[in-house]
Amino acid sequence: MIWLNILVEGALIGGFYALFACGLSLMFGVMKVINLAHGDLAVVAAYIAVFLVPHLHVPEVLSFLVVVPVFGLIGYLVQRTLIQKSIDRDPFTTLLVTFGLSVVIENLLLEGYSANAQTVNIGSLGYNSWHPGSIFYLSYVSLVVLASSVVILGALQLFLSKTSLGRQIRAVSDDQEAAQLSGTNYRHIFGVAAAIAFATVALAGIAYGMTTQFSPTSGGVNLLFAFEAVVIGGIGSLWGTLVGGISLGIAQQLGAHFNPQYPTLFGNILFLIVLAVRPQGLFGKKTALL
Amino acid sequence: MSTNPALASITVRRSTQSPVLTFVGVIGLVAALTLAPWIFPQAFVSILVNFFVLLIMATMWNLLAGYAGMVSIGQQAFVGLGGYGVLYFAIKGVSPFLAVPLAAIVGAIIAVPITFLLIRLRGGYFAIATWVVADTAMIIIGTVSLLGGGTGKLVPGFTSLSPTQLNHYAYLETWLVALVVLVGTYLLLRSRTGLVLAAIRDNEVAARSVGIDVVRARRLIFVIAAAGCAAAGAVLTLSQTYVQPTNEFSLQWAAEMLFVSMIGGLGTIEGPILGCIIFFGLQQTLAQQGAWYLVILGSVAIIVALWQPRGLWGAVRDKFGIELLPVGHWVGSRGEPRSPELLSEE
Repeated sequence: MIWLNILVEGALIGGFYALFACGLSLMFGVMKVINLAHGDLAVVAAYIAVFLVPHLHVPEVLSFLVVVPVFGLIGYLVQRTLIQKSIDRDPFTTLLVTFGLSVVIENLLLEGYSANAQTVNIGSLGYNSWHPGSIFYLSYVSLVVLASSVVILGALQLFLSKTSLGRQIRAVSDDQEAAQLSGTNYRHIFGVAAAIAFATVALAGIAYGMTTQFSPTSGGVNLLFAFEAVVIGGIGSLWGTLVGGISLGIAQQLGAHFNPQYPTLFGNILFLIVLAVRPQGLFGKKTALL
Repeated sequence: MSTNPALASITVRRSTQSPVLTFVGVIGLVAALTLAPWIFPQAFVSILVNFFVLLIMATMWNLLAGYAGMVSIGQQAFVGLGGYGVLYFAIKGVSPFLAVPLAAIVGAIIAVPITFLLIRLRGGYFAIATWVVADTAMIIIGTVSLLGGGTGKLVPGFTSLSPTQLNHYAYLETWLVALVVLVGTYLLLRSRTGLVLAAIRDNEVAARSVGIDVVRARRLIFVIAAAGCAAAGAVLTLSQTYVQPTNEFSLQWAAEMLFVSMIGGLGTIEGPILGCIIFFGLQQTLAQQGAWYLVILGSVAIIVALWQPRGLWGAVRDKFGIELLPVGHWVGSRGEPRSPELLSEE
């Protein structure tokens, strides 16, 4: 029964990793940009939910209704200015610019809101849980997060395969020059992809703030887990990211079962095994490696 | 030598200004820095120690990213292993000062198997994988109780020295390691390997097509950079005398290496030196500002990356045409002014 518990707990955490990672996966897949500020963006969203949204008389539970669209807009603007400018240089520049952004964001949050831990207050929803057969304790928030990440990844997959805009994103991701020749404005498409990425990471950040305490430096470790989920699942596959996140979550729970120090170690080992055996990830295409 | 008359009129030169002048300047600087603990106040000598530690790391990062095209955000793995190498040998009774080269060798040996996993990865994959390796190394070291576990341990073997002696020796060894790393990098880049690296940097496909073993060159650079970063971590331990996993393996090291080499300019030896001077200049002027200092540093990095992609040294070099530590080749006709373009950068 303990093993079933590890699987269930792992899947619940994995759902959060997948939600966190899907924006990263999208930007990595479409723009080939490694956004090192991704984790800090999530933390910013959580801070906005705690400190700014209450001024609008919106309850913190519903703060995502305000924060997510705003982040989408910010994502489009940041992509069209800073990130596009660095893509035009070279991959080094995107790394440096997003890393610089990460340092700037983290320290602005430290200056503005101190290093104290915060949470997004969601009342009784935060500590109520469901325990089927009195074996598991599944918190409602984790279940909601897992369900929303499945819904969001499904909706994104549908959007990418069924709509014209989605097809253009995939076209630019496969062959930027060919897509441009057939009349696609790739800069705009990049902006749209970044808007989606920023919107999902805002949602992930608020979800994170609902389930655990966060501080200005919480972004880094979550970024590492999100990267691991993306690479384990395979670049360019959103379902892969979900499977990657859940595998990572289960590996970490397994580690925690042996020793409370081991969750991250087991996750890292799973990541390194996948890199050694199947570097393109479980669902990735081999060409994505180049 | 050459039978081709067209080739006979071509000269290849390796420096812009007189090498004698550079040589005299370097000797003077080396002498001054060797005597630093007797000339300058202790506070400044401590800054110099940190300066050299960062200079070693940035030079190694520049070798990795600027010359071999490997963007690592996990070099803190080797910084940490170097620091812990000194602790391990000191526990075993070796003097910490003698343990520094041993720790560097350990770093290089550990890097060899890691290259087999990492070298075939490109771009972002490589960067993320190095980070995971560093994180894993930190967790593993943190579980070894002999090395103090998660809370860290005081390095033994310093008790016979007075604080002043310890400061002086730690400074001299740090400076010596920095000098060895800089001279070694300079000689490496002027050697055949340097030419191979320049060819790979400029056009990897073309380099492969003329028979260059790209994987072998990358592996060599990765192992050298690991040894250098381990040496940096090792000499840092001499002045801190305490090691703790989250400090030794901190992502902060990767951030500083990256900022310093990018701000100064990748792909030149002078770049990281200039970057370190700017970094410590900013740090000393803005230290009282707390977190604002890092906000400013991050913004400077973004601005330099977007508007001066070859770094500040690149800007200086383009404007004045000077090379203090030249590693390239200039081609010119005999008797005519030589072409200002670096052959290896065309």
